[in-house]
Amino acid sequence: MTSTLLQVESLNVRFATPEGEVAAVSDLSFTLAAGESLGMVGESGSGKSQTAFALMGLLAKNGRASGAVRYCGVNLLSLTEAQLNERRGAEIAMIYQDPMTSLNPYLKVGDQLTEVLRFHKGLDRKAAFAESVRLLDAVKIAESTKRMGMYPHELSGGMRQRVVIAMALLCRPKLLIADEPTTALDVTVQAQILKLLADLRRDFQTAIIMITHDLGVVAGVCDKVLVMYAGRVMEQALVDDLFGSPSHPYTKGLLHAVPQMHHQHGADRLATIPGNPPNLLALPPGCPFAPRCVERFEACLKPAPLQTFDGARQRACHRSVAEIAKAGASEVIA
Amino acid sequence: MSAPLMDVRDLVVQFNVGRSGLLPWAPARQLKAVNGVSFSLNAGETLGIVGESGCGKSSLARALIGLNPISGGSVKLNGRELAGLAQGDWRSLRAEMQMIFQDPLSSLNPRMTIGEIIGEPLRMLKAGISSSDVKAEVERVMARVGLLPNVINRYPHEFSGGQCQRVGIARALIVKPKLIICDEPVSALDVSIQAQVINLLMDLQSEEGLALIFIAHDLAVVKHIAQRVMVMYLGRVMETAATDTLFNAPAHPYTRALLSAVPIPDPALERSKVIQILEGDLPSPIAPPSGCVFRTRCPQAEAACAAQTVSLRGLAADSHAVACIKAGAPESR
Repeated sequence: MTSTLLQVESLNVRFATPEGEVAAVSDLSFTLAAGESLGMVGESGSGKSQTAFALMGLLAKNGRASGAVRYCGVNLLSLTEAQLNERRGAEIAMIYQDPMTSLNPYLKVGDQLTEVLRFHKGLDRKAAFAESVRLLDAVKIAESTKRMGMYPHELSGGMRQRVVIAMALLCRPKLLIADEPTTALDVTVQAQILKLLADLRRDFQTAIIMITHDLGVVAGVCDKVLVMYAGRVMEQALVDDLFGSPSHPYTKGLLHAVPQMHHQHGADRLATIPGNPPNLLALPPGCPFAPRCVERFEACLKPAPLQTFDGARQRACHRSVAEIAKAGASEVIA
Repeated sequence: MSAPLMDVRDLVVQFNVGRSGLLPWAPARQLKAVNGVSFSLNAGETLGIVGESGCGKSSLARALIGLNPISGGSVKLNGRELAGLAQGDWRSLRAEMQMIFQDPLSSLNPRMTIGEIIGEPLRMLKAGISSSDVKAEVERVMARVGLLPNVINRYPHEFSGGQCQRVGIARALIVKPKLIICDEPVSALDVSIQAQVINLLMDLQSEEGLALIFIAHDLAVVKHIAQRVMVMYLGRVMETAATDTLFNAPAHPYTRALLSAVPIPDPALERSKVIQILEGDLPSPIAPPSGCVFRTRCPQAEAACAAQTVSLRGLAADSHAVACIKAGAPESR
């Protein structure tokens, strides 16, 4: 990995609401090289999607992003809408979570696809049509020419999501942000789409930010992982390190809460994380995870800064790595 | 072996979907959402039903509890036939059978308090029950599902998804049913909350002897909770077996494809596994393929699959049944 494609430095996203200012994302930093894929995991309200919207300049009107998002050296946060539009859809593309609502119901699929190419590439109608059909074929949509003349409601959910993906890929983006691209889909369709994304990465060196709550998807697709909670990074590591030796109680909680396919039926109770995801308007003073954490002690009332350890890994926890590893061993026996 | 709690034979759920053309005398078309499903469920047992969206698992669940019409076949609960039951007679069955819905918030009336929602089944089913008795029962089930007593006067919008689902479970539990039908009860929840709800359901089952019909598209969840699993595709049962048999030795090509597609939260395993990608989409249930309905996407399909209809047949292991003409053949792996 040589060239840094995206460098995010202390990104903050704040929303002004009638109840007060909500800190959706706090002090988020990461880098992404060409062809690399980063997973962002966490529960609802952990700031994953708002990070993606901030990178794309698509925050809601009451939202404000600060910090720096350097894409090929240019700070995206300081660009005007017109300058952003040159990049959005062309170099940076996003796959949205909900395939039902991210297509325009009044326009035929073909019109929505060719519009992207005509705007960004200046292709004529015919060339844009041919290229769109080629991409629909690439995402394994049968009878692609016929589908171009259909409206979104005439397609199944899986097909619509593939149209959304084809749309994101039309201009061969260098950076693809996928916000829960397969959450609404069946596992069989999910497998098709994850394979497609892997092919894309290999063939075009596309960097991918994969936002998901499914740890299985992260394990299969990503090189490195950010674990987020209440808008903050709890842990950052390469995918093997994260699954092999999680260093944060929240990461461990997530990993243990998922039923495992290779366990026998009824082998054990699921470990749970007690309580509920936090209210961002009333966060606890110290570590945001402390109220739900099984490892908490007095120090957790003070904020836990993100610290680098073990080379490139990062974690935000007052407990030492050894303490967390040990706690894991006893928990499995119990 | 005692008589099963629920016995379903050749159940058909059919919907009219409008005419095939514009002409008023064109025949109305029918969509068979569930086509000839049979199973039986013992008291205290959990049956998991899995399949892709559109396979008919929700239509099946809703037919079992009377929310969809039963178009054919028979459904017996404790020996009592439910097909053809008048609307009024269904109410008496609700004390034995309850349902938990997928979307925790939209299945609760936003204008009723938690206490009113949970107590309503009791007030409906037991005429003349005193309000103090209802309150005592409501408090009992709320404690049972882990809701604090001080939330009894709050409204659903004040709760998170996990808590709303606990309310839904309490509402089902209050009439002391023998069977609860759970239609994707944890799909809308975060993993940490999902684990809490799954543990709660399993505790309730072992302590109260509940039978569960558990519908989910997450196979790992079904493996964790169910003793027996039924795999559906396009309204038909493809395979049914004890959970460990089904997951360790799946006999139907569809089951194998489904299992291989589940992402495993372990990077080493995930990289090394071979995924059987199913090409194409689910065929239209209005005009299902001839013969085996799965043949259009089956990697092992051959001419014979189109020619003959396949029905479930038993394999060696007890209660393991498969609808595939090739199942049991040695090269099927």
